[in-house]
Amino acid sequence: MINTDVPPAEPNRRIAGFSPELLVTEEHPLCPGCGHPIAWRMLLEVLEDLSLESRAIGVVGHGCYTHIITTTDIDFLQCLHGRAPSAATGVKRVQPDAAVFTLQGDGDLVNEGLQETLHTAARGEAITSIMVNNGVFGDTGGHMTSTTVIGQRTKTSIDGRDPDRHGFPIPVAELLCHLPGAAYVARGAVNTAPSIARTKKMLRRAFELQAAGAGFTFVEILTMCPTGWFVPAKDGGDYLSGSMEAAYPLGELKGG
Amino acid sequence: MGTQLMKGGSAIAASAISAGCRFFAGYPMEPFTALLEGFSVQMPGAGGTCINAESEIEGINMALGASAAGARAATGSCGQGLALMQEAIAEAALNELPLVVFNLARGQQDYFQATRGGGWGDYRTIALAPKDAAEAVEHTQLLFHLADLYRTPVLLYGDYLVSGTYMSVDTSPRHYGDLAPKDWALDGTLGGTRRSRVIWTWRRGKVWDPGPGPDKHWQAVADKYERIAATEARHESSRTEDADTVVVAFGTTAPFVEYVVEELRGDGVRIGWFRPVSLWPFPELALAEATESARRVLVYELNAGQMIDDVRLSVTDRTKVVPIGRVSQDESGLKQGELLAVDAVRERIVGHLDPRRPAPGARSGRAGQRGA
Repeated sequence: MINTDVPPAEPNRRIAGFSPELLVTEEHPLCPGCGHPIAWRMLLEVLEDLSLESRAIGVVGHGCYTHIITTTDIDFLQCLHGRAPSAATGVKRVQPDAAVFTLQGDGDLVNEGLQETLHTAARGEAITSIMVNNGVFGDTGGHMTSTTVIGQRTKTSIDGRDPDRHGFPIPVAELLCHLPGAAYVARGAVNTAPSIARTKKMLRRAFELQAAGAGFTFVEILTMCPTGWFVPAKDGGDYLSGSMEAAYPLGELKGG
Repeated sequence: MGTQLMKGGSAIAASAISAGCRFFAGYPMEPFTALLEGFSVQMPGAGGTCINAESEIEGINMALGASAAGARAATGSCGQGLALMQEAIAEAALNELPLVVFNLARGQQDYFQATRGGGWGDYRTIALAPKDAAEAVEHTQLLFHLADLYRTPVLLYGDYLVSGTYMSVDTSPRHYGDLAPKDWALDGTLGGTRRSRVIWTWRRGKVWDPGPGPDKHWQAVADKYERIAATEARHESSRTEDADTVVVAFGTTAPFVEYVVEELRGDGVRIGWFRPVSLWPFPELALAEATESARRVLVYELNAGQMIDDVRLSVTDRTKVVPIGRVSQDESGLKQGELLAVDAVRERIVGHLDPRRPAPGARSGRAGQRGA
């Protein structure tokens, strides 16, 4: 609740008018309408809110989001495709007081690295794994991943993903819920203001639980990829609601 | 800590811990398993971590993470498991993370893997091949030092004789010289200070403090390996000064060759032996010198002819080089076969001393070696 009895400590400002201190430049090479920068921003705001700037170590996979490592003022290990949870395990065991997180896309985490994500969760490693899921290999220009939803057109499922030909997508968050080592599993999105607010809370909760030693924490964030979806940039948000969000329900799935 | 009787695998683990290794991750596979067991038992007491990883790929990537965070870290398997690790070994070379990789192999067929590797990019790995468990204990500590000194992955290439033999060993710490502090290691503390770090094979740095980028960085890494090649070659040899014949062998095969050569010397044969201790860098100059006046250079390796490439690249006259080994594996596939024996070594050497009278079943040339 806003207390209207005392004057505000600082003047009103528009959210779009500032960016997190940890983000050294707002320039990025991503496409118009891309959802990843919103996810970055939330992540950095949460690290600042929790005063984790000088304790955070990011372990990053391969995808468009990889650019965060050069523009953000925290320590990063850029690792091999799909191996971030394993590398993060090594980092965390050596630096147990650090806030260790992975940042991976759906191609990195579900295609290339599903095994390491499941095993890292099963071990209950106290890391926070963040998956930016746009259901497509954006970096290569729009190819099918293991989370591409049924009916989605990609360059390798040009008539739409068909279960008979391409199999079914993998809901990794739901899979993780079955593992006792996974303390917190949630799925958010960045296509609407309410979803952004809720997702930021999920990230905050995940880092709080990591600090408490609760175990493996996982936040999936549905992001727009208009380029990879072959839709106009301005339509990305609505398209996400109708496709990804319908297949991957939002909310805290475990440990909320 | 004095000398004590230990199984090779346990002794190597103890030596690694003495060297400061505090992170190990591996996947059980014979004959490497003894080393994993050694770390699993000893690491908790040292305050370190040993993870029974879900695969060799995860084991080495965990070790890479631990190394990036500043720990002395290691992983291992046998050659089959190292095949799965090649991508990460190349990654460690190109993003300059120290890493010790143990190959306790099923034989001598991993020479190419140890010296050429199978990852992408211009990289090398220092590879030491101990002749027994005691030397492996020494090599282990040297390798941790070299890995940190050059910020590179390094390899110990042993076998079941190294991992499974009980020997009297001294696993106490050895000092190989001072090292620079690991100011590149990630601990998170510099976040928000504009001095935060990034470890990446492309070496692009941060936008406010750009790195050299891939073109310059990868050339710098290649230059580093040239320096290593010029300074870190190691070998052992004897009786080569007046030898007509020099026999080259590596790893646990070499002591058998050494024994036979000494016997033949007793019979008045002018023969010597040469053992590359580092397979990469291969001791090219030393071998060239040791074989300068020899009439023939025999290569005894228990594979279809791998090290012989390096021998041919080293000796001045490559026509002198003759393979006298072959694939030799026992029925289990986990150990070397009948050629790891003094009688077999003697027969193959003696059969080549006089080229006019080749021994039965042993002919010179690659085709003969495969068919033998």
